Amino acid sequence: MAAEASSSQLPKSVYDSRRHVGIHKERVSNVSSTDYPGHYPGEDHSWNLQKFKKKLQVKVQRLSTRSIEFDLVGVDASIANAFRRILIAEVPTIAIEHVYIWNNTSVIHDEVLAHRIGLVPLNVDPEFQEFRTSSGINATPNDRNTVVFKLSVACERNPKAPKGSIGQYINEYVKSGDLVWEPQGEQRSIFEVDPAPTNKDIVLAKLRPGQEVEMELHAIKGVGKEHAKWSPVATASYRLHPLIILNPDKPVPRYLATKFAECFSPGVVKVSIDERNMRKDSVSREVLRHPEFEGCVELKRIRDWFIFNIESEGAYTPERLLPESIKVMRAKIASIRKAAEALLTGGDGEGASADGDVEMGDA
Amino acid sequence: MVMADNVPKIKILKGAEADLSAATYQIHDESHTIGNALRWMIMKNPKVEFCGYSVPHPSENHINLRIQMYDGLSSLDALLTALSNLDDVCLTIGDAYRTSLTQDDYEKWEEKS
Repeated sequence: MAAEASSSQLPKSVYDSRRHVGIHKERVSNVSSTDYPGHYPGEDHSWNLQKFKKKLQVKVQRLSTRSIEFDLVGVDASIANAFRRILIAEVPTIAIEHVYIWNNTSVIHDEVLAHRIGLVPLNVDPEFQEFRTSSGINATPNDRNTVVFKLSVACERNPKAPKGSIGQYINEYVKSGDLVWEPQGEQRSIFEVDPAPTNKDIVLAKLRPGQEVEMELHAIKGVGKEHAKWSPVATASYRLHPLIILNPDKPVPRYLATKFAECFSPGVVKVSIDERNMRKDSVSREVLRHPEFEGCVELKRIRDWFIFNIESEGAYTPERLLPESIKVMRAKIASIRKAAEALLTGGDGEGASADGDVEMGDA
Repeated sequence: MVMADNVPKIKILKGAEADLSAATYQIHDESHTIGNALRWMIMKNPKVEFCGYSVPHPSENHINLRIQMYDGLSSLDALLTALSNLDDVCLTIGDAYRTSLTQDDYEKWEEKS
């Protein structure tokens, strides 16, 4: 088998062993990053924006209406992880929080139904709404902080349905598509699309003739760390780019080539390794189980090559999600900086008012 | 979401050096998200002897960030520098992402929701 890792589609720099996380049969090695000042004698690893800009690579790989895959290369895990965490827990969305039940004669309890309704993803752009606050103008509901829906469904028998056929009932299901938006104040001119659930077919309750639900729903802005219903993503995850290195001193015997290739995800290893497809490998470590391949191959992951995959719940288009998380991250940095600068001028912080938050209302 | 009132965003914990060459900062309403990123950026500073952070308890809404400096330098200055460097990182990544999104050729596909 003419297995070579040449015809390099991946940049040569991925073979820098400092960038490798080792994958072994029963453990991983070299997990921590080492690019700190003082780690390697005589080398400068202090922060340098120009070097960072040169090394950084962001490349969108796939984009759909609901998800995005992009590569983030050249950053530390702490930075990539910050964006992942912000995407899940701190990018705001709108979700139903207050449910006013006028009537519910269905078999599903008020609080259970309210909980189910809260989890319905809405298509409202959070940009156009403000957070509720404990004081000031946003302490009470208004058209800038609350989106109102009505839900009114009553089930009855279908007199036209032949006996024994399906479709005996009208309004057998209460679905998310039954939510009716009630525009408040200026909302009709503010929202680009009418607020509605992103999926109209979510069953919220089942009814039988004579049963009905009637309620008013108030949706407000929130973040995923308070409740997962406000999370803008279905998943936001990354994995490290896989790397398969063949040992030139111990090539895989020709008659074992097929078996060798089958140890990897489809398309990764053909007659030779397809470097562009290395990213598809699941790093199952199957090769390491076969004694005949011992020493033939090394499995690695590239420590600073993050393959992000983000699925949007629908409030944001997928390509908007990373910029939104960067916005949140910068707001966090700004608020800490403001407080730190206050410490700098106001002496030590013990008991001193170094609150970085802006007070609402008149001072 | 209700903002916590009257809690300072940053508190310097007892036991800090008078010149702030070594201090622990308690940052309110933050988590691993900013803690680890900030720790990494502070450690990129060669004048920093030690930097580490912890979330003292999962039900308490703050992190403790410890910074110790060489040469009696101010850890508060190191914190401020790291914060502005971290902001540069965010800007750089945002710009690179926007460039890729508008200029690169990538696969676009239809996904049923």
